[in-house]
Amino acid sequence: MTRSATGCSAAGAGALPLQSGKSRTRMVETLSLLLGACLILAAVLLVAPQARAQSTSDVLVAFTTDKFPDTERALNEIATSGLPTAPQIVEALTNNRLWFNGPARKLYFTNEAGAVFDAATGAPAPDVLTSGLKHVRLNNAVRRSLDAARGALTLMSSDPARRLAAAESVFKSRDASALPLVEAALARETIEANRKSLEEARAAIVASDSGAPEARRLESVEILKNRGDQDAVGILSTIANWSEGRVKAAAESASGTIQARLALWRNVQNIWYGLSLGSVLLLAAIGLAITFGVMGIINMAHGEMVMLGAYTTFMVQEWARNAHPGLVNYSLFIAIPLAFLLTAAVGILIERLVIRFLYGRPLETLLATFGISLILQQAVRTIFGANNREVSAPPFMSGSFDFGSLSIGWGRMWIIVFAIAVFFALQFVLRATSFGLRMRAVTQNRRMASSMGIDTNRIDAMAFGLGSGIAGMAGVALSQIDNVSPNLGQSYIIDSFMVVVFGGVGNLWGTLVGALTLGIANKFLEPIAGAVLGKILLLVFIILFIQKRPRGLFALKGRAVEA
Amino acid sequence: MSFTRRIMLRATGAALGGALALASSGAFAQGAGTIKVGILHSLSGTMAISETTLKDVMLMLIEEQNKKGGLLGKKLEAVVVDPASNWPLFAEKARELISKEKVAATFGCWTSVSRKSVLPVFEELNSILFYPVQYEGEESSKNIFYTGAAPNQQAIPAVDYLMESEKVQRWVLAGTDYVYPRTTNKILEAYLKSKGVKQEDIMINYTPFGHTDWQTIVADIKKFGSAGKKTAVVSTINGDANVPFYKELGNAGVKATDIPVVAFSVGEEELAGIDTKPLIGHLAAWNYFQSIDNPTNKEFIAKWQAFTKNPKRVTNDPMEAHVIGFNMWVKAVEKAGSTDPEAVIDAMIGVAVPNLTGGLSTMMPNHHITKPVLIGEVQGDGQFNTVWQTSGLVVGDEWSDFLEGSKDLISDWRKPLSCGNFNVKTGKCGGASK
Repeated sequence: MTRSATGCSAAGAGALPLQSGKSRTRMVETLSLLLGACLILAAVLLVAPQARAQSTSDVLVAFTTDKFPDTERALNEIATSGLPTAPQIVEALTNNRLWFNGPARKLYFTNEAGAVFDAATGAPAPDVLTSGLKHVRLNNAVRRSLDAARGALTLMSSDPARRLAAAESVFKSRDASALPLVEAALARETIEANRKSLEEARAAIVASDSGAPEARRLESVEILKNRGDQDAVGILSTIANWSEGRVKAAAESASGTIQARLALWRNVQNIWYGLSLGSVLLLAAIGLAITFGVMGIINMAHGEMVMLGAYTTFMVQEWARNAHPGLVNYSLFIAIPLAFLLTAAVGILIERLVIRFLYGRPLETLLATFGISLILQQAVRTIFGANNREVSAPPFMSGSFDFGSLSIGWGRMWIIVFAIAVFFALQFVLRATSFGLRMRAVTQNRRMASSMGIDTNRIDAMAFGLGSGIAGMAGVALSQIDNVSPNLGQSYIIDSFMVVVFGGVGNLWGTLVGALTLGIANKFLEPIAGAVLGKILLLVFIILFIQKRPRGLFALKGRAVEA
Repeated sequence: MSFTRRIMLRATGAALGGALALASSGAFAQGAGTIKVGILHSLSGTMAISETTLKDVMLMLIEEQNKKGGLLGKKLEAVVVDPASNWPLFAEKARELISKEKVAATFGCWTSVSRKSVLPVFEELNSILFYPVQYEGEESSKNIFYTGAAPNQQAIPAVDYLMESEKVQRWVLAGTDYVYPRTTNKILEAYLKSKGVKQEDIMINYTPFGHTDWQTIVADIKKFGSAGKKTAVVSTINGDANVPFYKELGNAGVKATDIPVVAFSVGEEELAGIDTKPLIGHLAAWNYFQSIDNPTNKEFIAKWQAFTKNPKRVTNDPMEAHVIGFNMWVKAVEKAGSTDPEAVIDAMIGVAVPNLTGGLSTMMPNHHITKPVLIGEVQGDGQFNTVWQTSGLVVGDEWSDFLEGSKDLISDWRKPLSCGNFNVKTGKCGGASK
């Protein structure tokens, strides 16, 4: 089948350049006819595997040598070998369920339940035990061939999503032997998006094929140019490197056009990344905006509250995994209130046992809370061990989607949404609840509030608990993007103070604007200055800014400030 | 009366303090018939994540040796101290181990900066340190035995593998901003250029310790990788920053089949905190993998999991380095018939012990050991699958052949040369200058 397909395309390709421009259209028709004929032949061969029994057994034996080049060769041939079990073999290899018996040169695959089947016939082999078999191993080269083979085999799948994925993997592999299959799939495909993807796959193959007629290659370069993403740039650059004449020029200009467009998109990307970083800063800092910003406590243990929140997420997920596997994907939703309650309780405890004795003595508070942060870190290290804990991402937070030329991670997007939600929820608590009113009263004028019958001690504890609880909720979100380790909090404490001071102490809106500004500024600096220098520049900027405006972006005005 | 009471109190205090000190050093009811072994690994602070495991493996090795009857007829006794990821504290604790505890040898350190901080202490007090982690080379001390990989035992073979088997032509050298990545990348850059790679095909990127937001850098790598040439990332990113880096790679859809990442600081321990399914096929270069299939390694893993009472506990490369280092030290002490540092240092050279990959590692005159180099691909279960390995063992090369200034240097601690930086051009001991 491999041989016949290449023979067909060679015949078509050889015929075309002899024709003049006028008869090109007719020639394309002839070519497609020729290809159609080849495909029919291919189809016949696919349903008549016996015809090539000799070579199919060769293919299977090549899987059993435990050598990567042999496995790769076997994979390159299997898609077109006509073996009826080929799709199962490829599927099994993808899922690491393909086994071999070296001495006997026999190949087996298992299904999800672990039942063993003979790979040559597809018949169950109940008397074979996997303990006596070895896995067929993969490396990157084999994995590439596997992707190509899977693409070729699933192009005709009944599931449109799988067809689309298949077209994409053919696009990436640009495997010339898949061309007839792509054409056949294109002839049958009715869904517009899939057709487009198939056309792009065909264009990628044709444009890379130096034997193809120039007109078709130029046409294909145009299709690739319209695709317009980073993958297309990659293929076009390769073509430009390996071609000559008009094709080279066309590929170069197409890749130039795409890159110019992508450069514009890169600014959008920087803004997006900045928002994402800003939302992380906001989450980490917003609790501190209460404890430090509103209450004036320099709380060095703030980062550890974030860490405790992350560990709560880990515990909830472990519990769900063991007790209620169905809940694993929703464990984050369970973890959010639990993390809030737990860290709020820890916060209240710290306030009652330590901080309340130190009000009005910022230096002592700083030292005491720093000590608490070390105690909490080491406590967690003793209980959970020093190693990172794995918090897995639920499906709705994994992967990414494309927005224009921008690839947006679902996880990052939900974290932005969560940060904004937490921000407004906190605004609501401060503005519209009786507790919020009391809290604002106490922070603005403690003695007056006390005279009005507000239990200031209780409010202090509650406010500190609120700030800590919010840090705990931030920990749930950060467990998705960072290490869940005892050191998690340390990396956020400096940034959090930076955001609160920059935004203006005592002002939540300032924290929001400060976090997003710093995030975006960082992301525009990073490509120019590098991550290390970028951070330094930002710190220098903040120092200068604080010199100019000691109270930050949004300074509180009035008598409250002086109190 | 009050006078005596005060004395009484003081005496009890002293007794209590003494008992506590004894208990804390684990020296309860130990007579003079023990040989003390120092363990200098951070049990708190940032490096605890990596170093705690090494302390545990040392305790296991010492316990085992004692079951076999100890050493020179004496029991071994572990003295554990915690330098708390604080570099100056490493030097203090090292001094405490050598001067106060009188340890016969010390096993410890992870970061190069901690090694550099204890080096003068070990040289001054003439004691022995076993350093188990891969490092940047450019050093050879009489008092230190380097059981981890030198750059030619890890970085260079990894690059060779990518060039030959993946046909990589464009390189991203990404690292954390400190001495090990900077030196390694300098060596790699020189090596790549010597292989004909052009400047525009090399991108070097440094990030701070604990960097968490990798979006921009991953996007840059993606862009750099779409220039029509096969691209790979050589990562010397260290410690905690790896988890968010790999998570971001997974989210951005950078697959190993498109842009493989080969890491020098990511082992089984580090992968234990990540869902590895999106990372299948990314590479690591080490001298040992837990997945190595041979009886010695299986036995070691079984012992380790029994010792830690955790059937899922993983093993990694620096642990193997400590196993090799400890067994070498035991053999050298037996050979020398005493634990006197001078005698042991001389006896160490040429000692050969089995490593866990099925070979025999030997201590060379430059205080580095011979090791096989393995390239492994990350699997879905957090383990590595060895896809390539050197045909024989590689001798650790302390002074890189690819750096100006250090390529003329050799180290040979055998008498009469006894020099860590002998310049073959000038014929003098004392480094590159002049």
